[in-house]
Amino acid sequence: LTHLMRFLLLFSRQGKLRLQKWFTPLTDREKKKVIRDMMMMVLARPPRTCNFLQWRDLKIVYKRYASLYFCTGLEDQDNELLTLEVLHRYVELLDKYFGNVCELDIIFNFEKAYFILDEFLMGGEILETSRMAVAGSLEEADTLQEVKDQTVYYSVPQY
Amino acid sequence: MSPSVPLQEMIRAIRSARTQCEERGVIQRECAAIRAQFRQADNEGRSHNLAKLLYVHMLGYPAHFGQMECVRMIASPRYSEKRVGYLGAMMLLDEKQDASLLITNSIKNDLSHSSQFVQSLALCTLACMGSAEMCRDLAPEIDKLLRSSNSYIKKKAALCAVHIVRKVNELGELFAPAARSLLSEKNHGVLHGAVVLITELCERSPETLERFRKSVPELVHIMKGLVLSGYSPEHDVAGISDPFLQVRILRLLRILGHNNEVASDAMNDLLAQVATNTDSTKTAGNAVLYETVLTVLDIKSESGLRVLAVNILGRFLLNNDRNIRYIAMTSLQKIVGTDHIAVQRHRGTIVDCLKDPDASVKRRALELSLALVSASNIRSMMKELLNFLSTCPLELRAQAASGIFAAAERYSPSQRWHIDTILHVLTTAGGDVRDETVPNLIQLITTASELHCYTVHKLYRALLQDISQQPLVQVACWCIGEYGDLLLKGDCQEIEPVQVNENDVLDALETVLQSHMSSPTTRGFALTATMKLSTRITENVDRIRSIVSIYGSCIDLELQQRAVEYNALFKKYDHMRAAVLERMPIMEKNSTGQTNGETTGELVKEVQPVKVIQGQPPTQPPASQVCDLLDLLGDSNDSGKPSSSSAQSSNNTSSPGGDLLDLLGGLDLMPPTPVPTIPVYEKNGVNLTLSCQKQSETSLIVTLTASNSTDADITTFTLQAAVPKSVQLLMKAPSGDHLPACGTVKVTQVVVLNNPNKVNLKMRIRVSFTSQGVAFQDTVQVDSLPECR
Repeated sequence: LTHLMRFLLLFSRQGKLRLQKWFTPLTDREKKKVIRDMMMMVLARPPRTCNFLQWRDLKIVYKRYASLYFCTGLEDQDNELLTLEVLHRYVELLDKYFGNVCELDIIFNFEKAYFILDEFLMGGEILETSRMAVAGSLEEADTLQEVKDQTVYYSVPQY
Repeated sequence: MSPSVPLQEMIRAIRSARTQCEERGVIQRECAAIRAQFRQADNEGRSHNLAKLLYVHMLGYPAHFGQMECVRMIASPRYSEKRVGYLGAMMLLDEKQDASLLITNSIKNDLSHSSQFVQSLALCTLACMGSAEMCRDLAPEIDKLLRSSNSYIKKKAALCAVHIVRKVNELGELFAPAARSLLSEKNHGVLHGAVVLITELCERSPETLERFRKSVPELVHIMKGLVLSGYSPEHDVAGISDPFLQVRILRLLRILGHNNEVASDAMNDLLAQVATNTDSTKTAGNAVLYETVLTVLDIKSESGLRVLAVNILGRFLLNNDRNIRYIAMTSLQKIVGTDHIAVQRHRGTIVDCLKDPDASVKRRALELSLALVSASNIRSMMKELLNFLSTCPLELRAQAASGIFAAAERYSPSQRWHIDTILHVLTTAGGDVRDETVPNLIQLITTASELHCYTVHKLYRALLQDISQQPLVQVACWCIGEYGDLLLKGDCQEIEPVQVNENDVLDALETVLQSHMSSPTTRGFALTATMKLSTRITENVDRIRSIVSIYGSCIDLELQQRAVEYNALFKKYDHMRAAVLERMPIMEKNSTGQTNGETTGELVKEVQPVKVIQGQPPTQPPASQVCDLLDLLGDSNDSGKPSSSSAQSSNNTSSPGGDLLDLLGGLDLMPPTPVPTIPVYEKNGVNLTLSCQKQSETSLIVTLTASNSTDADITTFTLQAAVPKSVQLLMKAPSGDHLPACGTVKVTQVVVLNNPNKVNLKMRIRVSFTSQGVAFQDTVQVDSLPECR
């Protein structure tokens, strides 16, 4: 009955996990299995193949952006084409926030990547469909954070 | 203890570790520092410490010692600390952890915080990991927030409500009214959340679904607005205005219109409009079109609309984008049953997709192609499928092979075509076919009697080409053994004649016997075939004798046994050899298509007279059972004939295929010896006696015999039996239900008992019958069955 994204994973070509969001409760062991399987399946895909796979009872939608793979698992009811748009929208949001986002941004500011995700998706469903609205809320929240903090630690990414 | 370093420096340090070991060292140091920091009461860098821990957690290292810190941070008045605290909660706590309950109170407080961003954190976390208990606790709060004037909060509350309903079904009732009113919102985020919430409520409660059907016009109106609206920079994606919202509305419409004429009518025009006007050059537009198609096909749409939808799928099939082709086939697969003709129109394109380099697309194309095979297109489709089989990826071969067999079985235009097709599959993909292919093919061959000559020639040639494909080799050996005389005769209309002489044939079989590629089963086939040829050839019988005697000392036990038996056949039993090895009759097709040995019968305790255990005429997989032919040395059924023809005994009793009977060790074969009989029931003219025969330590055969001592016939005579719980009972079919007058004919019924716990055997028997128009029914209890030997 429930149709939602079950999880969202970001990982690199070398198999390093950069972000994991789980929309259903799973044990640590189950999570590790999913991550392993996803990496194995997705990294093995030759180029110029379609972005959809079947895994157990889930449809897997993945897309590669530069050095990162964005990978999600859907239930049978879901619209794979729309999910591609969802992944794309998330990348756009990251790009807008970080300015020409690259993998390093997501590594060194991983908590921001989560904050951005949480303004876009919730419980596996889309929360806000307007790019501008998401960007606006993030800006406001960051301001709130800075104002209340005495010392500023990570407003500017430094490598 | 090294001082705590800011988050990014730690990340840098971890990344510059050159080995796994070094990395572990860095992390251990960091975790120790973090732990120490946690223990300090007040701390400037608390959020950084927790963030560091979360990073370490993402790398796969244990981080449960951070759980309590999350709880504390969430309770902090500082926004930055709350933010990281809630993030930590979402990453480290889930509903299974006890610590998660501790944050319920914080969440409750934060839900009514003055800052919407704090409220938002609480809502987000609840929707992420809220347990059923937490959800129940906080549901009223969420309902309140659904009615807030703040759009930012409303949209989050809507999705939080969705989570709550997923956890606690009954709470759906609570949110329905608020959800309804949210439909009049202008804010897309809120609207989207409302649609998702309503969808969830409708899917879980038919009554709610009924009520929301009234919202169809409103939804249609909103959708129209989106489709017809001009360019809106805020919501535009590749020319489509808010495709995310459009898709969700379409999905809700699908649920509301399903199986409901009125609702479907109300959305008909809209769907047609979306289907025709949506730009299909980019993914966003295609996503909307796709959802529209799914909706049209699932509601009670007009036929014109339905055709439009299938045509869209047809267009998708021709799209350059692989993704689109893939989902087109997925959808067509779903409707191939209901809209078969419409899908058939696109058969050509689908078959072309078999050649697509993408494995996912190929798989879909295969499934769909198999579903489209019909009597009219079988020849052309099979050509394509066989082509596919020779080039397809390994993981699809088994599926392709079995699909081809099924299609051939249903639609083959002729037996020769059928045999050719199967042979083709065996030559191309012999290693990937299921085990029952061999007996199935053999059975098919026996029925095509005019083609025996053709078949054996073809198989012989195939064997000469390649002896690596075991199923093919097995069938070939069997045929050569069986129809070797036809092979040697050489003349066959259907195939160019080639002279085959006896030595060639024996060479071929010996090659199989000796090849390391042959499996033991295959070698068994080859040896038996060689033996059979001894009655079909004239000159080289001695050669066969010597082959057979060599294998009498073979290391493989099965082969050795056969060879020894065949040797005996040559020596002591030579007079029987011709009869034993003669041609087999046509095998009856096992209608259920199950492999031998399985039954559909269940073990029955208290029972009505059980009918057939679906009779498995032992159409033996010839593999080892051809050997049964030669069980003449034992106590087999009929010498020389395969057991299939003997299967149908008059009682329609099942052959020893039943699982129960296997327990009892093939009892049918044991000749009955005189056994004690006791009278059980003597009333109303019916005399019922019972006798027992012990089969093994725990099993027993009980025979009930009834006769009629009156002058009038007794009809509809039936017996029912019940036994103690731990005893298993199986009633075989009675010999009849008619007891003629004066006991001229008796009715017997066999009951098989299995008593694993060795309890005291009692039996209660119910007798029912009609005599002179009067129905009788009586019950009698037998407290102990007679001592059996």
